[in-house]
Amino acid sequence: MRFDGTKDYVATDDLKVAVNAAMTLRRPLLVKGEPGTGKTVLAYEIAKAMGTPLIEWNVKSTTKAHQGLYEYDAVARLRDGQLGDERVHDISNYIRKGKLWEAFTAPELPVLLIDEIDKADIEFPNDLLQELDRMEFHVYETKETIKAVERPIVIITSNNEKELPDAFLRRCFFHYIKFPDRQTMQEIINVHFPDIQGILVKKAMDIFYDVRDVPGLKKKPSTSELLDWLKLILNEDMPLEVLQSKDSTKAIPPLHGALLKNEQDVMLFERLAFMAKREAR
Amino acid sequence: MFFNFMDELRAAGITASLKEHLVLLEALQKEVIRRSPEEFYYLSRATFVKDEGLLDRFDQVFSKVFKGIETSYGTQEEEIPLDWLKAVAEKYLSKEEMEKINSLGTWDEIMETLKERLEEQQKRHEGGSKWIGTGGTSPYGNSGYNPEGVRIGGEGGQKKAVKVWDKREFQNLDNSKMLGTRNIKVALRRLRKFAREGAADELDIDRTINGTAKKGWLDIHMRAERHNAVKLLLFLDVGGSMDPFIKLCEELFSAATTEFKNLEFFYFHNCPYEGLWKDNRRRFSERTNTWDVLHKYGHDYKLIFVGDASMSPYEITHPGGSVEHFNEEAGVTWMHRLTNTYPAAAWLNPVPEKQWGYSQSVKIMRELMNDRMYPLTVDGLSDAMKQLTRKQG
Repeated sequence: MRFDGTKDYVATDDLKVAVNAAMTLRRPLLVKGEPGTGKTVLAYEIAKAMGTPLIEWNVKSTTKAHQGLYEYDAVARLRDGQLGDERVHDISNYIRKGKLWEAFTAPELPVLLIDEIDKADIEFPNDLLQELDRMEFHVYETKETIKAVERPIVIITSNNEKELPDAFLRRCFFHYIKFPDRQTMQEIINVHFPDIQGILVKKAMDIFYDVRDVPGLKKKPSTSELLDWLKLILNEDMPLEVLQSKDSTKAIPPLHGALLKNEQDVMLFERLAFMAKREAR
Repeated sequence: MFFNFMDELRAAGITASLKEHLVLLEALQKEVIRRSPEEFYYLSRATFVKDEGLLDRFDQVFSKVFKGIETSYGTQEEEIPLDWLKAVAEKYLSKEEMEKINSLGTWDEIMETLKERLEEQQKRHEGGSKWIGTGGTSPYGNSGYNPEGVRIGGEGGQKKAVKVWDKREFQNLDNSKMLGTRNIKVALRRLRKFAREGAADELDIDRTINGTAKKGWLDIHMRAERHNAVKLLLFLDVGGSMDPFIKLCEELFSAATTEFKNLEFFYFHNCPYEGLWKDNRRRFSERTNTWDVLHKYGHDYKLIFVGDASMSPYEITHPGGSVEHFNEEAGVTWMHRLTNTYPAAAWLNPVPEKQWGYSQSVKIMRELMNDRMYPLTVDGLSDAMKQLTRKQG
């Protein structure tokens, strides 16, 4: 089993090695990177390339580790008990499976995506140590041990909001998706917009990388923003000349709303445009 | 050779353990990678490095350990990197000399001259295929990591490939680099101390269930919401030598104001004396008496100074030493009063740590703070926060 990118996803060599190592050794792969560089999409694409189901566990600030294993619905059982329902005698009727349980017992080898693990409480990764390492856990209510039939492929993404504990990191492979260089970006665009004009892409990328280079931007636009922007340009049928105009008085790129996500950044650009205008006079 | 690799990694501050080593061996055994040095580099990187801040260090270690093992192809030449030149300049020239040169010409001119001189020297003395290092100093000398340890990938005349790890693409992610608001917030979060204070307006489910079960009727318990109860006093140095660090201080300040509810800030210049102020435009008309500050805010406040502590030593040690006014009591006295009132205190210094030794006043301030001075970097800030959360004896 090897992962070599898909027709919709351009994987760099180092990413391929990391994914393949994680898949062969069946250890979790921790993926970090700037927002919008395709961390979550990676899991989708691996599942697609392998033809396996994807189980997604989106972590929120209120998510607890045991919710990934199972939850015992005591209230439902209490209600059934009062109503005299027959189901009440079997406690396993009230155990709700979590995503990890689902992944461990899936009939087909799945890809498990634990998305944005850093959003949860600081103890969250520690609570999952054993479960991810041994791929088994114990259900106290029914006194059974759930063990993975086959260790699932686990992809974990993080946005660096919290540091992850060392013990957790030891058990993972790590990959940092760095911002793609021009060549990779070109490939990515080709994958997403196969019919796009070459000259348009070149101009758009010039503008895009210029925007990223502007010092003091609060949020630098990333790959997903460039793709959105290109889509907009294509939709609007924007004439090439608009992008091509080297007029420095128009420092703000057309349809900038897709690239700049912050009013301070837009202001910054307006100021730059104003200064360029003054110099031109 | 692999053991050597691990030792070097650990020496560089990358916590490689036996576990990771075994994982790497297992991966090699299962033939995860094709037999190419690049793929081996990628694999070992994914195994050993767990923090993007350490990627650059890993590249350096990898290049050090496996240097010369791979035969290289390709023809790309490398220029002498600017940061290396800077490192050399700092190494060979004393601070006074640097200042003298700085006053003579622009930095670029100096760099150009230095570059030429180095190239000449290179041809004259070595000419072989040795690598240039910074004067023989190991890049991992002091404190596990030496930012001066920048190497040149190959020499001018002799064509050598630039290997992936020699490109050091992850350079600007190193932990010891300056920080942005987001990073500051993350670091400041270490200082959280949750406590329940104020009105009881949240249903305490556990106690309600317990109470109901015990008493037999619906026994509702309420409790107060959880808040971050840490109280913080922020003293910021403004003006003069602090001007280059304005942006950094702004970022720290904005992160701190969003992160802490109980935050009070005051400004001072160079060293705190009997008066502090809250608004820089009215710094002379609206001063707060430092005694009032000491009395108003309790001992449980944590005190953070932000300043470069670079001034004439007299400004700290002597009455009347201040540059702005005549202070009746010396800065030392006020520093003692402040640190005695607030046992949990730290000083954040935006000046890079390796330059602290040059300034007498930084040394004095550091002593006054009982060595609790930290550089204003991600690492420094985390250390400072750790220190502040410790029980003060």
